[in-house]
Amino acid sequence: MSAPPSMLHPELIGPDEPNAVVRDGHRLDHAEGASKPLRSRPEPQPRGAKVHGNRPIDQAEAAARFIAAPEHEKMHDERLWDLRQKRDREMHGIPEWEELRSLAAAIKEHTLTHLDEYLSQFDEKARSNGVHVHWARDAAEHNSTVYDILRDHGAKSLIKSKSMLTEECGFRPYMASVGIEVIETDLGERIQQLDNEDPSHVVVPAVHKLRTDVAEVFAKTIGTDPNNSDVHYLAGSQREATRPLILKADAGMTGCNFAVAETGTVVVCTNEGNADLSANVPKLHIASIGIEKIIPRLEHLAVFVRLLSRSALGSPITQYTSHFRGPRAGGEMHIILVDNGRSARLGMEEFWTSLKCIRCGACMNTCPVYRRSGGLSYGATYSGPIGLIIDPTFNAHKYSNLPFASSLNGSCSNVCPVKINIHEQIYAWRRELVKRHETPLAKRAAMKAAGELLSRPAAYRAAIAAADTALAHLPRFIIYSGLNAWGRHREVPHAPKQTFHSWYQKNRGGKK
Amino acid sequence: MRIGLFIPCFMDAFAPEVGIATLELLERFGHDVQYPRDQTCCGQPMANSGFNADCADTEALFVRNFSGFDYVVAPSGSCVEHVRKNFDAIEQTAEVKEVRTRTYELVEFLHDILKVEAFPWARFPHRVGLHNSCGTLRRLRHARPSELHEPYFSKPMDLLSKVAGIEFVMPARPDECCGFGGTFSVFEEVVSTKMGYDKVSDHARAGAEYIVSADSSCLLHQQGCAERIGVRIKFIHIAQILNGAGA
Repeated sequence: MSAPPSMLHPELIGPDEPNAVVRDGHRLDHAEGASKPLRSRPEPQPRGAKVHGNRPIDQAEAAARFIAAPEHEKMHDERLWDLRQKRDREMHGIPEWEELRSLAAAIKEHTLTHLDEYLSQFDEKARSNGVHVHWARDAAEHNSTVYDILRDHGAKSLIKSKSMLTEECGFRPYMASVGIEVIETDLGERIQQLDNEDPSHVVVPAVHKLRTDVAEVFAKTIGTDPNNSDVHYLAGSQREATRPLILKADAGMTGCNFAVAETGTVVVCTNEGNADLSANVPKLHIASIGIEKIIPRLEHLAVFVRLLSRSALGSPITQYTSHFRGPRAGGEMHIILVDNGRSARLGMEEFWTSLKCIRCGACMNTCPVYRRSGGLSYGATYSGPIGLIIDPTFNAHKYSNLPFASSLNGSCSNVCPVKINIHEQIYAWRRELVKRHETPLAKRAAMKAAGELLSRPAAYRAAIAAADTALAHLPRFIIYSGLNAWGRHREVPHAPKQTFHSWYQKNRGGKK
Repeated sequence: MRIGLFIPCFMDAFAPEVGIATLELLERFGHDVQYPRDQTCCGQPMANSGFNADCADTEALFVRNFSGFDYVVAPSGSCVEHVRKNFDAIEQTAEVKEVRTRTYELVEFLHDILKVEAFPWARFPHRVGLHNSCGTLRRLRHARPSELHEPYFSKPMDLLSKVAGIEFVMPARPDECCGFGGTFSVFEEVVSTKMGYDKVSDHARAGAEYIVSADSSCLLHQQGCAERIGVRIKFIHIAQILNGAGA
């Protein structure tokens, strides 16, 4: 028997309603109906780092705001940890996993040390396949090259699949400035585009958003019901809104996961099939490719395809692994090979292997700092561990704080499918930034003082004794004041009665 | 053998009982253990923050204190890692290289060099959760980290399993970093403490009475976090259990 209506919505029942339960002269309401929701509206989405021109990004400040939004932080941490666990399960299903990683690393290192040869081979092959090949030195050249192609074809709208390279190039703002409409076809990237926010993760760009955040964005931009955050409803509505734009677009753009030198093939891996829409629906296809994406032969692709999705999402393979080798009948295909700082990075002795990265995001998923900070806290195109070592190559001043946003725990290096020594490069970047004077003066002074104190045993012993006394006698509010970063969110250690040093003097004093 | 005992700066000041336990434990095996009085630190706090040049004098002092021992042993993974893997602010003379290669972390020293088979004096009838610090786990390789597809091994578990009455619990994320990370704990204090809260809560949910670790720095941070959010759990260094604490 179903519950009487009074149990479901007691607040809707009038006082003389026969179903109302009355006790001591008062109507008895169901506890659920009488209680107030904890929050009248969903927790607002914490926004990313505050960007002030070229000033160093304060990742710690943005991370603190993310942590201050517990629903977001908890969801983000658990969602990404779930990906890490799925990755582990996939890894245990492949007995030769570590061998695959070594092989992938070796292929990438070989290619990067012979990059000029493989790029020429790729260029030649692609041209012979009927593809127009362009080279771009930097972001500006990339953007203007795309614009020139579009203008030549009279194209006014462009559908594109997800590409971190285009994020690097500030592509969407540039296209907006020249009056071309860009429509992202990856669902997560589309959400970010509609919210006018950067992707927070290289694979799952809207992973920092709750579905209530998405409902709010869609309500404002595509007119969905603001109170309906059902994922099927939201995804369906977005599809209805975007599909007509895709069908009538003048041109399509994709990124590239792997560019095969021996065949001139552009390989794009997606789970939504959206790269295929971008490449195949309009007659004009433009592929933007970072020059480090080259692999020598098709047989090498197998190594990377086995590693990519397992590392990224913990699935054996992406739903779509699409090979584009030439223009479709009656169409045109363009490839833009983009440097944008890569050649310079290749020349950096301690950092060149960061170019091995295949953008799987495994380092982000496993990073305990990233999971609790949100990708937008880094205020840069690349977030998480890989971001810490790539971003400073673009701008060592603006991203000078990022290499310090790490506990150096090293989990990132262990999950990396191409074995980039990420945590060692983070450490090396700290040294590099100090050498380049890109660290705050207060920190420099503190470190210099520490170095001087710790190298003088007598002065050090005197300071320790003073600190002991100080900790024992200071009132709690001073220890926990804003001056003491240790004590703001955790208790200070209990000062013991004596140091080990003085215990040893007392108990083993006779010993030399 | 002659062992030089290195008690890092923060342990000297905040965890003297761990230094005492380490000293007594090494002496139980009949070794000549000496504590050079002029020792301070290995230089890691400066190096960890990128200020390598500022730790040159501290590194030189370390070498002066510990030159000539058969082994240098410290109950702290990250300090040993600094000495062995970084420690390049000073000229790499034969003496410096010698000291660096002879420096061991306590667990690996007991496990790999002394090859200890039993701790007959030790008894610890409690449920403990093991915290593998990142320095010992991923850099000194005390154990197989969960990210790698390699055969299981764990040096601290091998040693602790020889202690009578001990019972182990397994947290949901056994080798997630606790958020200490040296100067990270101060420069990124909000993320650091959130990681600490999550760490101690995970162990508490698994039913641990104690969190045991080979690194006192992680333990001091975790203790501060647990006390702040009211998680009732105790902290103990592996040297204390192996030396018979609570027996």
